[in-house]
Amino acid sequence: MSALNADELRRDAFRERLALFGLTLPALVLVTITMILPIAWLFSLSLLADDGSISLENYRRLVEQPSYGRIFATTFEISAAATAICVLLGYPLAYLLSQLSPRVANLLMIGVLLPFWTSILVRTYAWLVLLQRHGLVNTWGIELGLWDEPLPLVYNPGGTLLGMVHIMLPFLILPLYGSMRAIDRNYLKAAANLGAGPIRAFWQVFFPLSLPGLLAGSTIVFILCLGFYITPAMLGGGKVIMVANRVANDVELFFNWGAASALGVVLLVATMIVLAVASRLTPLGRIFGGHGP
Amino acid sequence: MVRAASLPIYAHQIAKSYGRVRALDQVDLAVRSGEFLTLLGPSGSGKTTLLMVLAGFIRPDSGSLRFGETEMIRVAPHKRDVGMVFQNYALFPHMNVASNVGFPLRLRRVSKADIAARVEQALETVQLAGYGARGIEQLSGGQRQRVALARAIVFEPRILLMDEPLSALDKQLREHMQIELRRLHDKLGMTTVYVTHDQREALTMSDRVAVISQGRVLQLDAPRRLYEHPANRFVAEFIGESAFLPVERTGDSFFHDGHRLKIRDCPVVDGNCLLMLRPERLQLLGATAPDHLNILRGTVEQVVYQGDSFQLQARLADGSAVALRGVSTQDAMATLPRPGAPVMFGLAPEDTVLLADERRK
Repeated sequence: MSALNADELRRDAFRERLALFGLTLPALVLVTITMILPIAWLFSLSLLADDGSISLENYRRLVEQPSYGRIFATTFEISAAATAICVLLGYPLAYLLSQLSPRVANLLMIGVLLPFWTSILVRTYAWLVLLQRHGLVNTWGIELGLWDEPLPLVYNPGGTLLGMVHIMLPFLILPLYGSMRAIDRNYLKAAANLGAGPIRAFWQVFFPLSLPGLLAGSTIVFILCLGFYITPAMLGGGKVIMVANRVANDVELFFNWGAASALGVVLLVATMIVLAVASRLTPLGRIFGGHGP
Repeated sequence: MVRAASLPIYAHQIAKSYGRVRALDQVDLAVRSGEFLTLLGPSGSGKTTLLMVLAGFIRPDSGSLRFGETEMIRVAPHKRDVGMVFQNYALFPHMNVASNVGFPLRLRRVSKADIAARVEQALETVQLAGYGARGIEQLSGGQRQRVALARAIVFEPRILLMDEPLSALDKQLREHMQIELRRLHDKLGMTTVYVTHDQREALTMSDRVAVISQGRVLQLDAPRRLYEHPANRFVAEFIGESAFLPVERTGDSFFHDGHRLKIRDCPVVDGNCLLMLRPERLQLLGATAPDHLNILRGTVEQVVYQGDSFQLQARLADGSAVALRGVSTQDAMATLPRPGAPVMFGLAPEDTVLLADERRK
């Protein structure tokens, strides 16, 4: 004979698990349709040669043609530069916000979030209006006599970087600000009490404690930059070709889905490697809102 | 560790307001060199504010603060050279135990070899020798408390401040740490200012206790004096349990409910006053009323058994509620009167304390 009510209790537990699984089912279906299937399709496309046979032809071309190597190098360089500039601009701003009273900080946060809620396309066009040859900046600069000839402010890597940093900054500031807010003020009081002036207290206590947030923010920015399309396409003027732009060209101009898919797969793998390395260094899950181990 | 030199603290007319709330109302406080002084008060009384002024984290509106001969009121916190144990310890989570304890020494540019030696010595003092390589996350609450203490004393400050350091610990550990903190103070000898809202903790540990309420020091005395001679009703209520009986004064005689009181000494209070009754000072009398005692008659309302003791609650003829506490021996428990039964209490003249009645002047 089994223990008192053991079978019934086991059945209840099983039913509960079944119900929980039923609740997650819609999400599971959604993820399968919108993510897993397209990626599988992309992957299968990349393995088809021009004549329809299965081969590694597309990947071989990626390795052999130096232009592809240049595109990947450009992508990583621009992304790294944009991330670095975001850190230099975003860290002081997030620090300032974290030191203000929550009410004032929330008010100022609107200033960070308003552009964040505006369409990327609109913001990129706005930069175009400002920076082009006969744009606002050049017109005013010449009228004020600051320079004589219109400066090449856009359609180059510099202009692209400017637009990308502007769009990416909130992605750095939000997680960084969150992790800075979570730093107990008592740590800084303790540091001061033990003899650390403001500068040493910052570098020895506050900065190390803000590093996980900084790393999380820069990882998001870097990964988003790797796949950036609109801004380099519009502000780069054809001189800044990142992976996403080449993918678009391959599909739109050359109808070469195999080559585009192979590029996409390589970019995806590179992104996952970056993410894996970053999550090694810091519990990203905790900062992105999940519950770390 | 060797006995450190200690410094007296003189706080003079310290005032701090937040809007219309006076957190500190012209506070004067003198802490003797090497003394263990506790700031005791309910939450919001200003005791922590006063400690933060001593540490330099709160800038008062006015006042003077001297450590020994040196005026400190405008000195930045990191230049005050006082040790402090925070309520939640504030141990740096990105450093291990040894780095936490060595932090103040590194700031003072002590050589690496000396740091290692002094850190180990400090850890030994708090009975955590060999814990240097542990992470903060790996420590229990009591161990964190000790690390915080080691970090606060490793640079041999002459003044040590503690902000409710035991409030996060469970009761048994807290009582153990009270004894240990006191032992450590006696060994190191630094002037210590300790903040707590726990009156028993204050009585257990301190040389003197400052009772604080509404930003003012109501009484500053040794624990026994504080308990036996509270300056006013607030102190009497906040420290220990007490009941109060209204007392009328006629010349040099005092009467409660028409009976003349036999008192210890004539109080300095004018007019009507209160008789303070501590539950453990009342005696439960049998049928006879001894002449040398004050006699109070009433009816039993409730008997509460509390393990080591019992509490007998009764109402006197004039309607006042009183309580008596006794040791719960088998004998005493067997002979206690039942609720509703008449009861007679005795109070020795040396146990009478008369207080000014601020509400009936």
